[in-house]
Parts: sequence; C-alpha cells; structure tokens
Amino acid sequence: MTDVILKTENLGISFGGLKAVQDVNIEIKKKQLYGLVGPNGAGKTTVFNMLTGVYHPTTGKFYLDGEDLTGKSQETINHKGIARTFQNIRLFNNMTVISNVLVGLHNQEEFKCSMIESMLRLPRHFDCEKRMRERAKEILRVVGLEEERNFLSCNLPYGKQRKLEIARALATNPKILLLDEPAAGMNPHETEDLMNIITRIRDDYDMTVLLIEHDMKFVSGLCDEVTVLNFGTVLAQGDTKTALNDPEVIKAYIGG
Amino acid sequence: MKFIETLLNGLSMGSTYAMIALGYTMVYGIAKMLNFAHGDIIMVGGYMIFLSMTAVGNPVLGLAAAVIFCVVLGITIEKIAYKPLRGASPLAVLITAIGVSYLLQSSAQMIFGSAPKMVIIADLGNLEFAGLKVPVYTLVTLGCSVVIMLALNLFVKYTKIGRAMIAVSEDKGAAQLMGINVNGIITVTFAIGSALAAFAGFFMLMKSPSLTNTLGAMPGIKAFTAAVIGGIGSIPGAMVGGILIGVVEAISLTVPAIAAYTDAIEFLILIVILLVRPTGILGKKRREKV
Repeated sequence: MTDVILKTENLGISFGGLKAVQDVNIEIKKKQLYGLVGPNGAGKTTVFNMLTGVYHPTTGKFYLDGEDLTGKSQETINHKGIARTFQNIRLFNNMTVISNVLVGLHNQEEFKCSMIESMLRLPRHFDCEKRMRERAKEILRVVGLEEERNFLSCNLPYGKQRKLEIARALATNPKILLLDEPAAGMNPHETEDLMNIITRIRDDYDMTVLLIEHDMKFVSGLCDEVTVLNFGTVLAQGDTKTALNDPEVIKAYIGG
Repeated sequence: MKFIETLLNGLSMGSTYAMIALGYTMVYGIAKMLNFAHGDIIMVGGYMIFLSMTAVGNPVLGLAAAVIFCVVLGITIEKIAYKPLRGASPLAVLITAIGVSYLLQSSAQMIFGSAPKMVIIADLGNLEFAGLKVPVYTLVTLGCSVVIMLALNLFVKYTKIGRAMIAVSEDKGAAQLMGINVNGIITVTFAIGSALAAFAGFFMLMKSPSLTNTLGAMPGIKAFTAAVIGGIGSIPGAMVGGILIGVVEAISLTVPAIAAYTDAIEFLILIVILLVRPTGILGKKRREKV
C-alpha cells in the first residue's frame, strides 16, 4: 500500500452541465511507467489539468503519497511533487535552454538564497547560482541537450523542445512526472531515443511517470499498466497488453 | 559646444524618463496591465522628499524615505486595487488604475494644498570644462540612472527572481505550473517599479524644485509613450525609448521656432514609430497560440 505514489478516487469534472470526465480511479506505484490513452477528446489532458491544479475537480479526490491535494493551487501542487509537460509546447521561448531549466529549479530549498543576498551579490548568491547551473547541466545531459544549453529555446527543433519540456519539469524535483504526448511529432528514431530517456529518468531519479500518448508502440514498449479513457469514462484498465486488446477499446479507437 | 550641452541635458532628462518607463514596462510585461497610477507614485515620492527635507534637511535621507514609502505604497496599491481584479477584463483593470491615479492626486491636494511647494534639494552649481558649461545635477542624474539600470539588468538576467520574472512574462500559466509564485513575482515587480519612480521624482525635483500634486502626470504619460516607443514589455526598450524622448525634448526646446510644440513633437514620434514598427523599436512580435 505504501508504494502507491499517486491515487485518484472517483475523480471527475463537469463544465456547466457537461460531464467532461467522471469516476476516474487510478493507482500508480512508485517507479511505475503508467499510460493514459484514449481517442481524441476522451478527457486525457483534462485529467492532467486536474492533477496539476489548472482545473479543480468537481467530484472525487486525488492523493500524492497519501496527501490529499484536491483543489490546491498550481504552484502548491508543483511544490508537493507533481510536474508536467504540455501537449502544445509551452517553453519560455525567448530564454536560453539552460535558463528554462533554471526556472524549474527556482523553488528548491537547496538553492535558497534571499533577494537581499542576490542584490548585494554576496558570496552565497554566486555559490547558489553555480550549484544551480551544475544541476541544470546534469539534467540537460540526461535528455541529451547539454550541447545546446545556450541556444534560445525557440530555435530548437521540435523534438528537442519536447525533451527540454521534460528537463524543465524534472528540474522542479517532482515525485511524479506527467508527460502529455511526449512523442507527438517525433520521427521513429527520435521516439526510440525518447523511450530510452524516459527509462533512464525512471532509473536515475527513481521517478514515476504518467504519460498520455497516441503512439501505441510507444505505450506498449514503455508502460506496464494503462488506463483507457473514452468520452470521459474509464473504458479499460490494467495490464497494457490486455487493456489495449480489449474489444471495447479497439472499437472505441477504430469505430464500429 | 552648445549642442553637446543640449545633448547631455537630453540624456539626463531621458534617463529620468527611462526610469519611469521601466516601471510601466515591467508591470505590463509581468502583470499584463497598464498601471496608469505609476506617474503619481513619482508625485507621492516628491512629497515624501519634501517632508523629510523639511524635517531633516538631508537629501539622501529624503531619497531613502521616498523610496521606502513608494515601495510600500506600490505594493499596497497592487494588493488592494489590482490583485482582486486578476483575471478580470483588461478594461476593468485599466479604469481602476486611472481611479487610483486620481485618488493619489486628490489626496495629495487635500493634504498639501494646491499651491506649489519649493523643494530645494541641493544647489550643485555648474561644472565648466573645455568650454562646456554643464549643470552638475544633469551629470548626477545621468550617472545614477546608468548605475541603476545596469544593476536592474544584472538583477533580471542573473538572479533567480529575475529569471522567474522573465518566465512569468513569457507564459504565466506554464510558470505557475513550474512552481513559481506568480503573485509574489508581481509584488516584487511593483516594488521595483515604485522604487524607480521615487528615484525619478528625486531627479525631477533636482532639475526644477516646484512640487504640485500633478508633478507625475505629464512625465508619466511621456514615459508611457517612451515605453511604447521602445516596445512595451521590453526592459532595454524602455531605456531606449526614454533616452530618445529626453533627447528629442532637449533639442526641440532649444530651437525657438518649435520649442512651443515640444510635447506635440514627442507624441508625433510615437505615431510615426508605431506606423513603421507597430510593436515598438525593440518589441517582439507575439504569435497568438491557438
């Protein structure tokens, strides 16, 4: 029981009269790579938005490491340990690659240094900046962007922007990483590289990952468990192979 | 020679405008609002300098008192008037800012009356060298402004809070999801803007000692113009715009034929620049994401 890191209980949200998502129950264990799949408009990103505080669920609750985070603000949820990437990339475009990661490191205790210290440029400020840069470089190395660290992030090719989003989210030191279509728009070679990166993050940082993805090869190659959503409700859940071969799931995907 | 004197004068006026414009542009960049009460913070700073000069007679203490008071005032205004409107329509925020501006002006008039107060900060005299005759206050203004603006640039580029400020101005939502306390960053921005306004008030009184409750009104509008010319939201843009407006003003004032039209000429420049570059000199094009 103790190794469940993220748990949702009847999580749901309505917009006006429309029940966009209802009764989602998911349990994700520590270091698990968990998939959230479903046809377009099934409510996958809405689930992410609830788990990160962008939307507040109208029913149900969710717990991180046993702590109820339902209805908390976005930055509180981030501090508690849920970090995400975005389906349509939302990097800080006019900042360098490394600065994007440094923003992610912003709030961590180990890099605390007061504004006064920064303004007077006391030694602690420089020490703090140096340690932050070291950490940022280390994270960029994991996603393979160390060489490009001084580029403006808007000048990176698409696939690398997606990797930078992962690095930035990782920098906030989360317990669980929520990846929204990380492989979208990548070619097969980049996708394979990304699978390796995600596995490495899991191993090196003891990270738990919940990911939304349409590429079924990617999902079945990476995730051992999935939840399939359709029209805002859970269609199937459990072991990846079984769930994806469920006749209902196949029907939802190809119609009929 | 005369021209160099005019130019120095223009640079000094321009750097004062730039300091005010920075307040407009930083608040716009981060809170996405036009704080039309910003000019009046200058005036409040002016009265603080007046009060402390009367009480203690030391201009440096006066400046310190003004900076502290303006920072507290700026933060308070943001908390009381603007924060409850976060997420409201931009027009509601704009009219609130105009309301705050009138509130500050009228309060000052009620407290201090409408007769101008004379605030003689210090008679620094003129500096003469190589045939030039330059009032020392222009050099002090120019020097202080350059130091302050350099410091601000370093602060924004190389500190955590500075980076968080840029991140918030780029994408507030994403910044929040990366754990940045957006309200805290907005507070810091208002504090910095108000402190700069207090400095600007000090420089303005050094130039001409007459203090009324509308001290900040016209410079506020000109600095706003400067911020737009430079590209609103851009810190270097505000500096460039401010200097440009100041130099144009100084030159125009020395030509008798057009001196009376100085203000008109400045606003004409705004129109021309916006026709050529709608986002201002250093403003960047913003793509709307769908």
